[in-house]
Amino acid sequence: MSESVLAPVQATFRAVAETVVPEAASLRPEAWRELEAVVESALASRPETMRRQFVLFLRLIEYLPLVRHFRRFSHLSADRRTTVLHGLESSRHLLMRRGFWGVRTLVFMGYYTRDDVQGALGYRAHPNGWSARRTTGEMRAAAAEPFGEELRDA
Amino acid sequence: MLTREYDIVIIGSGAGGGTVAQELAPMVAQGVRILVLEQGARLEEHEYTGRELDMSAALYEDGGGFLTADGTMTLAFGRAYGGSTVVYTGTTLIAPDRVIREWCVPGLDHADIERRSRKFMAQNDVHFLPRVLLNDNNKLFVTGCARLGARAEQFPLNLRGCKGSSLCNLGCPNAAKMGTHRVQLPNAERQGVEVVTRAEALRVEERLVVARVHAARPGEKGGDSTWPPGDYHISARMVIACGGSIGTSALLLRSDATKSIRRLGERFTCHPAHILVAEHEREITNDVGHPKSYYLDRAEHEGYVLETCMYFPFITAKNLTGFGADHSTLMRAFPRLQMILVLACDKAVPGNRITVDATGKAVVHYRFTPAVIRSLVSATRMSARIFFAAGARCVHAPSADPPLIERERAYRLDDLIVEEHFLPGRISISAAHLMGGCAMGPEGSGVTDSRGRVYGVPWLRVADSSLFPDSVEVNPYQTVMALADRVAEGIRDDWTK
Repeated sequence: MSESVLAPVQATFRAVAETVVPEAASLRPEAWRELEAVVESALASRPETMRRQFVLFLRLIEYLPLVRHFRRFSHLSADRRTTVLHGLESSRHLLMRRGFWGVRTLVFMGYYTRDDVQGALGYRAHPNGWSARRTTGEMRAAAAEPFGEELRDA
Repeated sequence: MLTREYDIVIIGSGAGGGTVAQELAPMVAQGVRILVLEQGARLEEHEYTGRELDMSAALYEDGGGFLTADGTMTLAFGRAYGGSTVVYTGTTLIAPDRVIREWCVPGLDHADIERRSRKFMAQNDVHFLPRVLLNDNNKLFVTGCARLGARAEQFPLNLRGCKGSSLCNLGCPNAAKMGTHRVQLPNAERQGVEVVTRAEALRVEERLVVARVHAARPGEKGGDSTWPPGDYHISARMVIACGGSIGTSALLLRSDATKSIRRLGERFTCHPAHILVAEHEREITNDVGHPKSYYLDRAEHEGYVLETCMYFPFITAKNLTGFGADHSTLMRAFPRLQMILVLACDKAVPGNRITVDATGKAVVHYRFTPAVIRSLVSATRMSARIFFAAGARCVHAPSADPPLIERERAYRLDDLIVEEHFLPGRISISAAHLMGGCAMGPEGSGVTDSRGRVYGVPWLRVADSSLFPDSVEVNPYQTVMALADRVAEGIRDDWTK
């Protein structure tokens, strides 16, 4: 698959992404391209029908607010966007809930797998594990540390 | 179509396939030609980077995002040299006596499972982690349990030289986890068993496997297969299906030679699971140290098990219910988060099963029974109590609305965490213990006997978690190895007859 799935619905996708992860609003253009590349890559490995459903669902999100708010999703205020997405998330219809769950998951995948974001969260997992975190002296001290009352009791 | 000829072809290299390969390997010295086909790649040591996106794509089917038919649950299973043993946490428990009795498989008893399990526990260096390697995430779980009068038990782990990277589920970057890719497969290869990676079994025919070897895509982790890309007809006197619950069931369902086997694809169970998160006032060690060192077993009477766990930012974000500012606030508390995995011990029920679509791809049909929902909600309440007892200031409970519960409301947990808020499609549920589909049992109600012999198909055996007639209620890999050992023993016995 060489064509972009997101391109025809990019404005909606970004509006959803900024609602799902408010910090995404401050991403630079290059960071947006990287985020979208992750999403495109994830979609590329899925069946064509799923890609079509994804685009269709984003179009639904874009036009659904016309009924109640008389504006398309990407033209709504942040609060109203949140209201629309909460409605989908808690919908009586499973199709709506799982559709939003899928879009939300892709947004999280694009955003929270970024190195700069993981670093900013304070996520510090390292292949060297404890030795990347503790000095030898700290390891010795931890080894000598008695179990707490609870650990002993357990 | 290229052709190859072997005596035994093993499809899959995880806990089942790796074990069978090792246990049959001595037959190579007697002139028996044995081949293992693995759909995934064989990674070089330096390719285990611990990076969430890269490793998920390299080691899991669908990048870890395989969905059930109605899209309400994610199923995670490995696809690599070593199968799911590359991505599990190494927690090693022997199947409970009660469960094996309830399975009611003629010829299978707990003493046999236990004896074989202990053999592999010794082989895989199973032991308890020393306390110096326990992180706060695990200690807080023990503390919380103890303050509630519950006894958290330590997991025996199959590790050798664990550095505490916390990255087990992304493939250990330190070669410390003793999966089949570290122990059984190398043992088998040293004795002359051939392992071919990137080899997808398309279907089985009588004494034949039709497989497709794929080329590595540009930038993909793992080396090329030892066989040139292309389609192969591989003849064999015996075929052993070890592709896991979903892989094996789908393979047999799309094969004309086997698709009419009664009960095929049925009795699927998976220990549906939630990830629960709580925030503490201070930073804790959570993303360093082995992530899953303790558990609380409430399987027998309440239908659930709680395990310590620690996941990566994307998986964590996905598993928190909701979105927006509240969600972001909790994510920014990452260094203060404690996590518990709750698993429901589901039962095999009609309708929860594996089928294949028109293209032959596996489709998993699963609905959450009232008993499973009850167990998950009950487990969530217990987890919340443990979190608060351990000192958490707030708990994120998917089965509460709103999901964030502050300490001040902890006395109302029974009112706040209720079944009516368990809304599939809204809350994230995942499973990694995939079982059933080719269940052992008496002829007529089972697909195989207790040694994995498929009824009516003398050239075909099954040796993986698809054999389970119901959920095992503990982490399943050790039981898979024990059963695979039985299957291999049966093959050795039959071979000489």
